[in-house]
Amino acid sequence: MICGRRVRAQRKSALDSVRDREKRKRRIQYNPVKPPAFEYVRPSSLDEAVRLLADPAKESKVLAGGQSLIPLLNFRLAYPRRLVDIKGIAELAYIRRDGDRLRIGATTRTRDIEESDAVAAALPLLTEACHWVGHVQIRNRGTIGGSLAHADPSAELPAVCVLLDAELKVRGSAGTRTASANGFFHGFLSTDLAPDEILEEVAFTIPAAGTRWGFREFAHRRGDFALAGAACTLRLNRDGVVEQAVALVFGATPSPRRSAAAAAMLHGNRVTNEAIREAAQMTRRELASEPAGDSEQAYRQELCEVMLVRALTDAVNEGASRGVAA
Amino acid sequence: MSGLESLAVPVRCTVNGVEQTATVEPRLLLSDFLRHQLGLTGTHVGCEHGVCGACTVMIDGKAVRSCLMLAVEANGTAIVTVEGLAADGQPLTPLQKAFHEEHGLQCGFCTSGILMSLTALIEHQPSPTEDDIVTTLDGHLCRCTGYRNIVRAAQAAVKAEQHRSRPAVATAGR
Repeated sequence: MICGRRVRAQRKSALDSVRDREKRKRRIQYNPVKPPAFEYVRPSSLDEAVRLLADPAKESKVLAGGQSLIPLLNFRLAYPRRLVDIKGIAELAYIRRDGDRLRIGATTRTRDIEESDAVAAALPLLTEACHWVGHVQIRNRGTIGGSLAHADPSAELPAVCVLLDAELKVRGSAGTRTASANGFFHGFLSTDLAPDEILEEVAFTIPAAGTRWGFREFAHRRGDFALAGAACTLRLNRDGVVEQAVALVFGATPSPRRSAAAAAMLHGNRVTNEAIREAAQMTRRELASEPAGDSEQAYRQELCEVMLVRALTDAVNEGASRGVAA
Repeated sequence: MSGLESLAVPVRCTVNGVEQTATVEPRLLLSDFLRHQLGLTGTHVGCEHGVCGACTVMIDGKAVRSCLMLAVEANGTAIVTVEGLAADGQPLTPLQKAFHEEHGLQCGFCTSGILMSLTALIEHQPSPTEDDIVTTLDGHLCRCTGYRNIVRAAQAAVKAEQHRSRPAVATAGR
């Protein structure tokens, strides 16, 4: 027995050493990579980052949280020559209450926004929308600026920005400019940002006290890209008549889309179930004029109507106990 | 390859308590760095676009997808992989033990990622509700055990941890 054990031990150690050698060899030879090759720079200031982006010799792309860009690289759907990682710029990650404004720096993580007491107090609609962004493991890395600059039609944060008409601060070679979230999104993965521009800050105007809101979306599995969603804000006077209404749907159109018809329909009326249904139907009819008419598109448009009914109903029923303003 | 090597960048991070320095191509994913350069193959790779959760590791205490990060982005961070939960020959963490006892795994492919997400959850929030656990698990695909046993394991681990003073995450990795 002792002899057998020794033989086994010897064989094991011989095998181990072969295995180790193989492993070492493999480690040198086998270096799997998915993304195409690129250069990586991590500037420490915004000015430096803009200078790098403006360099015409290098096709550069901004890397923030990477939760949308890295999958594109992994599938080789994007071929930037250089990545400019802006996470090293310290002054870009913050959440600040500034009078009637809530200012959020571009590299602030979605999870930090979701867990922020300042956001929950000033803009609970944003807190709610953050719950729906991917999975918590994604929210731990993804940033608000990255989500806006990526401009996925199903993304929640662009939808909230368009709904609340957030003001976007943009830094480029020509200096700083502000852009309205309405008009910032040009279509599928396309925005107003020039190649040498970086989104620096998102500033929300905190809605007046008593403003009601709703946010709904639908996906087959929690955390998947939404097939469709809707959000709204409503302000009612003492008699329950709508003083101000903004309704928006996303997922079915290349960019989040406000519904002018729904807002006009609700304005000056009481929000009854019939009014809500009619407003949502009008929104769907607006969508039907959009291009693309395959069956999934039709399904998404129908979902938009249903989600808007629910968002408006939430605003009416629950809105009072969770007003947008502190 | 010489063109690519000229792009190489240094990485310095702590993995399971051990300081690691390396020179890598910028395009090397953190998951591939852990598996192929450090030999930490407990971190699994499934979909490589952030959906399946198999590659989840803890970075500075937070659960993140290692396939959606470049190795170079991990510069200066402290990473814990499944190998860092219980060192070889050391007792399993209460969570790992609960997975064993509650039949929380079968093939095990998704398990290391789930362990990292749940470890981060319990560290962040010592008494998570069932809803918190389910929300954490929505970022992980498991095809064989089903989620009931995994949720049960997480609940058992929470209960077990509340009965004892919790040890810090083991830092002696491989």
